[in-house]
Amino acid sequence: MGTRILTVKENILAANTKEAGIIRELLNRHNIGMINIMSSPGSGKTSVILQTIHRLRDRYRIAVIEGDIASSMDTDKITRLNIPAVQINTSGGCHLDARMTRKALDALDLDRINLIFIENVGNLVCTADFDLGAHKKVVILSIPEGDDKPHKYPVMFVEADVVLVNKTDVLPHFDFKLEEFPAIISGLNPSARVFPVSAKTQDGLNRWISWIEETFSGTSCEDS
Amino acid sequence: MHEQSIVESLLNLALENARKSNARKIVSINLVVGDYTGIVDDAVNFYFGFLSQDTIAAGANINFTHVPGQLRCRDCDILFPMQKQIFRCPKCSGSRLEIVGGRELYIENMVVE
Repeated sequence: MGTRILTVKENILAANTKEAGIIRELLNRHNIGMINIMSSPGSGKTSVILQTIHRLRDRYRIAVIEGDIASSMDTDKITRLNIPAVQINTSGGCHLDARMTRKALDALDLDRINLIFIENVGNLVCTADFDLGAHKKVVILSIPEGDDKPHKYPVMFVEADVVLVNKTDVLPHFDFKLEEFPAIISGLNPSARVFPVSAKTQDGLNRWISWIEETFSGTSCEDS
Repeated sequence: MHEQSIVESLLNLALENARKSNARKIVSINLVVGDYTGIVDDAVNFYFGFLSQDTIAAGANINFTHVPGQLRCRDCDILFPMQKQIFRCPKCSGSRLEIVGGRELYIENMVVE
């Protein structure tokens, strides 16, 4: 039998993107907003989520999807607050994908939730390439990591709707040029918002919380 | 580990296309990879060899076409290739840059029997 050439011209991640679209439709039907939070390990994803829950739990019915390579330490911190949390262990995999997210959503009662935070696996590289069906993508960069990261890992910052600069409480000890940082982000991604915060001292969290309320005003408890 | 899930998706896409056209065997896959994807050829070959066993893609060659990262300066409006560790416009030294190329990751075509 002879050989022939088959034209494909299809993105390898097309199946993931399609699944992500199905997830967004599912969330929209249930009037749920979902935020995908990405960062390197140790930049404060869990701390930011915990502080955000404290400030929004009166107004939103929140759930958390926790991506971790192994362990359930972060999930335990969330469930102690009586907030539903689903753990996805990627067994070594460095990012979440839409299929894993869909499975996690199956474990949640979508009629009793209107805001979901996904804590992605700590990784500043490949998490950006996988659409999880979230409505917004947030990247956390902490002060000790340095202000050069957007230029070293530009794809992540190009994808972000919001960049949270966390751990501003330690700013005096590092060379991070916080005043110049918003211009670095807007050079890469003009539509991204930048909010300096400290999950520890709670400094700056108000602007982040206001952004969530403005973005997901149609899903809060008062409106539903 | 990153390449493992990429290769799973690549293999599924290749097998699905082969099935649709009633192919008996996949001889080679021409893959287009942008430099901003960070995909490493050797790692793709390694996982492909492993994951494609017992499929009609077993033994298939993967030919990589790399697309260089390309940037556009938002101030000078010039296009230039990405350089490792340097994120500056060669003309104005500014860093208000848009990524315009290098994020490709698709199968161009395949040779099948």
